[in-house]
Amino acid sequence: MFLQVSNLHKNFETKNGKLAVLKDINMTIVQEEFICAVGASGSGKSTLLRQIAGLDKPCFGEVRIDGKTITAPGPDRGMVFQHYTLYPWLNVQENTEFGLKLQGISKKERKEKASYYLSVVGLTNFAKSLPKELSGGMKQRVAIARALTSEPKVLLMDEPFGALDIHTKESMHEFMLDLWQRTNLTIFMITHDVEEAVFLSNRIYALGARPGTVRKEMTINLPERTAHVKRHSQFHDYRDELMELMRLHGKEALTMVA
Amino acid sequence: MEKSKANILNGFWRLSEDIPKPLYISLTISSIALPLILWWLVTTIGNIDPKFLPSPANVFQAFVRLWKSGDLVKDTIASLWRVGFGFFFAALFAIPIGILMGSFASIRALFEPLFGLMRYMPAPAFIPLLILYLGIGEEPKITLIFIGVFFFNALMVMDTVKFVSKDLIESTYILGGNPWQILTQVIFPHSLPGILDACRINLAAAWQLVIVSELIASTEGLGRRISVAGRFLRTDEIFVGLIVIGIIGLSLDLFFQYLLRVSCNWASQKR
Repeated sequence: MFLQVSNLHKNFETKNGKLAVLKDINMTIVQEEFICAVGASGSGKSTLLRQIAGLDKPCFGEVRIDGKTITAPGPDRGMVFQHYTLYPWLNVQENTEFGLKLQGISKKERKEKASYYLSVVGLTNFAKSLPKELSGGMKQRVAIARALTSEPKVLLMDEPFGALDIHTKESMHEFMLDLWQRTNLTIFMITHDVEEAVFLSNRIYALGARPGTVRKEMTINLPERTAHVKRHSQFHDYRDELMELMRLHGKEALTMVA
Repeated sequence: MEKSKANILNGFWRLSEDIPKPLYISLTISSIALPLILWWLVTTIGNIDPKFLPSPANVFQAFVRLWKSGDLVKDTIASLWRVGFGFFFAALFAIPIGILMGSFASIRALFEPLFGLMRYMPAPAFIPLLILYLGIGEEPKITLIFIGVFFFNALMVMDTVKFVSKDLIESTYILGGNPWQILTQVIFPHSLPGILDACRINLAAAWQLVIVSELIASTEGLGRRISVAGRFLRTDEIFVGLIVIGIIGLSLDLFFQYLLRVSCNWASQKR
């Protein structure tokens, strides 16, 4: 698997004219990487993810997956949104099967796959529950299982833990790392949470705002991936460097507005 | 004694919170029982001409009389049939059109201005035209109900459909869904509770219109019964008509609420 974003530009038409949201974005993601794109609001990170998902078309440049240009959304890219996007009238099992049902896969096969991925996210016992009976973290785990049943080449995540409380968020971080290590998943996640990005990813793209550009690419090498590492000096170095970068660009953006 | 009284009224003024069950039950019963008692007291104590205000007993006697003669049943069936027919056709067209209006900006642009305008034309104002075009048989009555329900229902269904979140639609595209699947397997089930609720509310309108339509020209129906009773100053029969109309309307409303509860359990607020 090989995902490539090349020379991507995106402008929005506003009543004050053209607004450059993304400018000359270049990224490469290879099999089994866990990549985070970190940026403050206004860095166009959600817009970037939409181009990769195929929900929106770039003005210039392209996104390729295994050499094929992306023009529309499709099940080769799974996606998890920040807001819960489970179908409230379907139970957990039916939600997980839904993508396969849309693709016309036989009842037997989709049941097997959904059950397997529900066990992967540890929700086998909740197969018959409705989404409204689940906690926020569980809902996101169902959303992940649903995305995985299509066996996508890459899992895209749009601030998936942004709506969760701090404790749930931390346990979801450990869950994600565990999931990533157990499977051969490739993950591309966007977030504004610098610590989250450093803790989870093996490589980070730091985005600057207005227009969104890649300011820095950073490979993360941490001795371990457990909660302890957050006290490690290496962890702090990465975090501080990214924070500094974002603060700098935050100021820049403010003066530009003034 | 004082203490237990205070207990049952405990929580009366709790803002947007559930109240204790005994309080709920006693308030619900009082809601119907108090006016009944008041009515009974006024007609028993006050020396009121039953031609002006009949007592509950008078009305009950009239009810038994009309029931035994078979008129009441005949009238009720006639009215129910008209409502059922008019409402069924209105819903049959309004629901798909409303779903399309909520889903496609193009169809919304095409229909919304017209429907918005028609909605503000009171259906009874169409009566002279309907008589002119369709005569005085069943057609104008059913058409009147259709006009009175269709535009409201289409616009209300459109509003529920617009509530389907964009994220939900987009995640369905990502899972491999096509627009037809999204319409039938995401938008429709998501809007179903709202659609049933719109139907419930508009059924009340249909029930009002059937009475209006029967006041004009008909040989049977609950509206007709009331207008005839009025002409002969049979006030007790007017009351019977009104109460029967109210009870049937309420039953239909409860039926829709029940339908909503069994078919869309997922949409209820309770866990």
